[in-house]
Amino acid sequence: MAEQTYQDAPLHEHRSLWMDVWLAFRNHTGALVGVAVFAFIVLAVLLGPFLHGIDPQYLDIQARNAPVSWSHPLGTDNLGRDMLAQMLAGGRISLAVGFTAMLLSLVLGTGVGVLAGYFKRLDGLLMRSTDLFLALPLLPLLLVIIMLFRDTLRAALGPETGIFLLIVFVIGITSWMQTARIVRGEVLAIKEREFVTAARSIGTRERRIVARHVLPNVMSPIMVSATLGIANAIITESALSFLGLGFPPDFPTWGRLLFDGANFISITPARVIWPGLAISLTVLSVNYIGDGLRDALDPRLRGT
Amino acid sequence: MIRYITRRLLFAVPTLIAISFAIFALLDLAPSDPTGQLPLTIPPETRAQIRESLGLDEAFPIRYAKWMEQFFVNEPLNLIERAFDVEIGDSDSRTRVISYATRSPVVDIIAERMPQTLWVVGLSYVVGILIALPIGIVSAYRQYSWFDQVGTFVSMVGFSVPTFFTGLVAIILFSVMLEWLPSIYDTTHRVTDLASFWVQIKQIIMPVMVLAFYNAAQLSRFMRSSVLDNLNLDYVRTARAKGMRERAVLLVHVLRNSMIPVVTMIALGIPTIFGGAIITEQIFRVNGLGQLLIVAIQGADIPMVQTLTFLFAVLIVGFNLIADVLYGILDPRIRYD
Amino acid sequence: MTSMHRPRKTLAMPYNRVVTITLTAAMVAGCGPDEIVEEFVVPEPVENRHVNILYWQAVSTMNPYLSGGTKEIEAASLVLEPLANYDDSGAMVPVLAAEIPTRENGGVADDMLSITWRLKQDVVWADGTPFTARDVVFTGEYCLHEEVGCSADASFTDVDGFEALDDHTVRVTFSVAKPVPYGPFVGAVTPIIQAEQFKDCTGLRAPECTTENFGPIGTGPFKVDEFRANDVISFSANERYREPGKPWMKTVTLKGGGDAASSARAVLETGEYDYAWNLQVEPEILEQMLAAGKGEIVMGFGTNVERLVINQTNADSSLGPERRSLLLDGTNPHPFLSDPQVRRALSLAIDRQLLVEAGYGRTGRVTCNIVPAPPVYASTANEGCREPDPEEAKRLLDEAGWVPGADGVRAKDGVRLSILYQTSTNSVRQGTQALIKQMWQQIGVETELRNIDGGVFFGGDPASPDTYQKFYADVEMYTSNFQGTDPEFYMAAWVCEEAPGPDNQWLGTNMSRGCSAEFDALVEELAVTPYGEQRFATAKRMNDIVVQNHFLIPLIWRASTSARAKSLKGVRMNPWDSELWNIEDWHR
Repeated sequence: MAEQTYQDAPLHEHRSLWMDVWLAFRNHTGALVGVAVFAFIVLAVLLGPFLHGIDPQYLDIQARNAPVSWSHPLGTDNLGRDMLAQMLAGGRISLAVGFTAMLLSLVLGTGVGVLAGYFKRLDGLLMRSTDLFLALPLLPLLLVIIMLFRDTLRAALGPETGIFLLIVFVIGITSWMQTARIVRGEVLAIKEREFVTAARSIGTRERRIVARHVLPNVMSPIMVSATLGIANAIITESALSFLGLGFPPDFPTWGRLLFDGANFISITPARVIWPGLAISLTVLSVNYIGDGLRDALDPRLRGT
Repeated sequence: MIRYITRRLLFAVPTLIAISFAIFALLDLAPSDPTGQLPLTIPPETRAQIRESLGLDEAFPIRYAKWMEQFFVNEPLNLIERAFDVEIGDSDSRTRVISYATRSPVVDIIAERMPQTLWVVGLSYVVGILIALPIGIVSAYRQYSWFDQVGTFVSMVGFSVPTFFTGLVAIILFSVMLEWLPSIYDTTHRVTDLASFWVQIKQIIMPVMVLAFYNAAQLSRFMRSSVLDNLNLDYVRTARAKGMRERAVLLVHVLRNSMIPVVTMIALGIPTIFGGAIITEQIFRVNGLGQLLIVAIQGADIPMVQTLTFLFAVLIVGFNLIADVLYGILDPRIRYD
Repeated sequence: MTSMHRPRKTLAMPYNRVVTITLTAAMVAGCGPDEIVEEFVVPEPVENRHVNILYWQAVSTMNPYLSGGTKEIEAASLVLEPLANYDDSGAMVPVLAAEIPTRENGGVADDMLSITWRLKQDVVWADGTPFTARDVVFTGEYCLHEEVGCSADASFTDVDGFEALDDHTVRVTFSVAKPVPYGPFVGAVTPIIQAEQFKDCTGLRAPECTTENFGPIGTGPFKVDEFRANDVISFSANERYREPGKPWMKTVTLKGGGDAASSARAVLETGEYDYAWNLQVEPEILEQMLAAGKGEIVMGFGTNVERLVINQTNADSSLGPERRSLLLDGTNPHPFLSDPQVRRALSLAIDRQLLVEAGYGRTGRVTCNIVPAPPVYASTANEGCREPDPEEAKRLLDEAGWVPGADGVRAKDGVRLSILYQTSTNSVRQGTQALIKQMWQQIGVETELRNIDGGVFFGGDPASPDTYQKFYADVEMYTSNFQGTDPEFYMAAWVCEEAPGPDNQWLGTNMSRGCSAEFDALVEELAVTPYGEQRFATAKRMNDIVVQNHFLIPLIWRASTSARAKSLKGVRMNPWDSELWNIEDWHR
């Protein structure tokens, strides 16, 4: 079994394992394109504001609903805000929120799923709390969380960081259940497979079995959850802002730009095309990177 | 298996009671108010009186106990009475769960909303599954073929573009520009003959497709990854080596073994059908359960939200149990006892 | 019964003749046929006599006393009628009453303690039974019953009792002198319900009468065929309606749900609906939809004013709940908004015309008054606000010692002019917020924006920190108006002692917590000043005090705005009463 080899491998061979993975990953065209596109998006939102110096919140009253021009490469919105500047500023927040919230929900979901699937004693309790979370109506839950914590966080960390943490927490805490259910289902099947029984029979400790044998085999649904989770987090953030539960209203994010632009679709289509494209491209590139990683990590495929 | 199911069902009772309590407490804590949407010309004293007439000034445990009695005792009795046309006890003095907004029994409104929700959301779910499964299987089987690439692209775009946007684009295209389809769903429309059936098809096609597109996107990704995982396993190689036909290998062995995450997804999804599709229902004015829930939440209509979400919780618990049972059937190695 | 029908038949004949005569006369005069149709009902054989109405907030009940929402009141106005209502010019017109009682015709007592309504003869309910004074008395008592939680309560303020003098005369007595006694039974808020139908639905039983509340029997032009709560209502013409030949429409569908922009689209672009209510959408979207040529905008300017409320108390979050945003007899002033120079500067910096152009277009106008209408009550003393003057604003701030710091934000003694500005969630409002933020930035004032879900903001839950009464912010913005055409109660809400706080369960109505002894005295004076020049002058003076102190900064006078299909004629927007007030005259 390939898994056994990792376990007993000395440290320097570990490096060559990652070398193997990298070599396999490098041959995956989709993944490389994904990395390139993703890197481009990240660089653009990080460095773009230095090249395109317009303040995303500045209202150019004379140029409302302006078409594409040199001064406004993507046009402006109905209050005269530069779309490119908003896209760049919004991207920073959306990517940050998307990734952190996705990671939080993934860690929670995978953790609960693996524990519930593997340890029968925990299954009932954990899965019933999953049911509880699935059943709670989201909107009142958000209203309560915001009511209880917004002012405290705003006072302690300032309006932006405070609300960022709050949003990430809210999205993470309300979106892990699906991952947990899926992972648990897979774990239930995997723990009865031969290699797990074998590992158990030679006295491997439970923690090691979970980490070395179970977890790597549920990677693909986790990867899919991760890609879908980013899209979900970006869109949920926009819904939160719209309800007045998120960032201040003049704070652009991709989801919010898309939401605000929707009614202007036939006047300034750029307002929906660009944010929509940015979200889709991010999700697509992450998806391809995930595909590449999955293939590269699968020892049965790596050799071929 | 039977023992497992019985145990789970018994365990469901305290779970559901805990869930109902958690929902009630949450709604009670939430800052919205049933008089929040009235015009500002209505003075605060009147608002206080309205709140009082709704029973909101009573203590939390009393209101919770009242709801419990109304929902678990009075409403079922009422249903039985109506179904068998009998009278049990003093049915006139039994209070029902009354909505704050409409001042009418919550259960009746839910029953009124059920048809359109099942038509639109239910159908979209079926269509979504019918699209997603073949796409997922074929794109896994022919990984990195053009079919897979297009499928991946479309489903990723489908998932990352929210329904408020696809719905709007569909309306502008098919209702405004082409004038083919109505943008507003008529809930009073009754299917009596072929012509009225055609009208019904025309009015559900947009909401159903918009929702199906979104659901299919998600489901097909899980299907694809799961089939991919299985295609490389030893048993597939063995089956092929034994000279099994490719179709049989794929559809019998691989498919069955790849269904676990997909079954989870579908089982999680079916309760959401009854939760309605809030955004899509709003856009096309389907006014089903999703719209009912969101209007009730916005208007702090606690009895309505409580009843809807509780029914929803019952479905979640039920379908998760069904999923667990299906796991055992799909993979006999999974043991619960 | 037959005797009741006969006069109507004889009436119908000359009516038709008048139409024909006028038609010929009009053609000779060279008028277009369209204008004739505007004036008179000319039925043609093959016509669409069904009208589709769209309300983006769905109607939850047909009993306006159980839900005071605008949508419920307006839907009910198709079926239920008051004694008198307001027409589109704001004038009172009799509906079920034979005439409007005044002091001249003896309807209003000289001591202003009672009003006597004479009812129209021969009015029948849709079920054929006669409408009498008993129904009016019943309606009043229904609403005043303590356990109902009647939402039209405010219309019955200070009412002592109702008395049916005979079958067609009702007297309403008041406990204090009422210079304007037109609260009860005037306007769509307080229509008459049938005593016979609701007799077992009083008090605690009121909400349980689902059949009655969803299908009230009325005297109005339509009756309810099917009611689906929060979804759709089907109406058909009331064949016993008292005006012959009306309503022109045979059936009405009133559908609810969705949002304002898509309602506008359904009338203006797809043409699926004939009328869409309350379209608060950005002007360019509306203009672009109008370009499709299928419909038109109808609007009327009532008393809706979008305003800024300036907090006069300290809203700092570091203060505990026992101090934050509380008046405490003036011992808790706002660190900088209590400075009149700062408030004046904030108002001067705002370019209201720009706010109108960006967010409202032709559905809004600049206003410098908090009471912009009716004309007799509109002050002319504040017109200076129409021209923004940021230079003057800066000068005022300099003069008061607020000087720009290193970050461009003005400060004095360590206090920075940094404002938390909240409003409810609504894309037009968020646009206005962003514009005002930039205008204030130019005079060295920093602004943080916050938007709160409307259900929470206007909800008034005392436990929530985000309600407009709590006002845990420095500035807030919303629209308010008053019922009918007299601002007495509206303005009485801003007296000093009405400042919200725990002692009044946060139910106070003086949101700015601004206090003026002169204003408080004028409120008492207005309450006993009879309708006339003196009353107008007092009300204007009160408006000026509030506006010139900048406790409230009026921004935009907003029209009630709806859309109608081009084929639908006879729609007259009425900002003073139900928009659907003249639906019996709608035709094609």
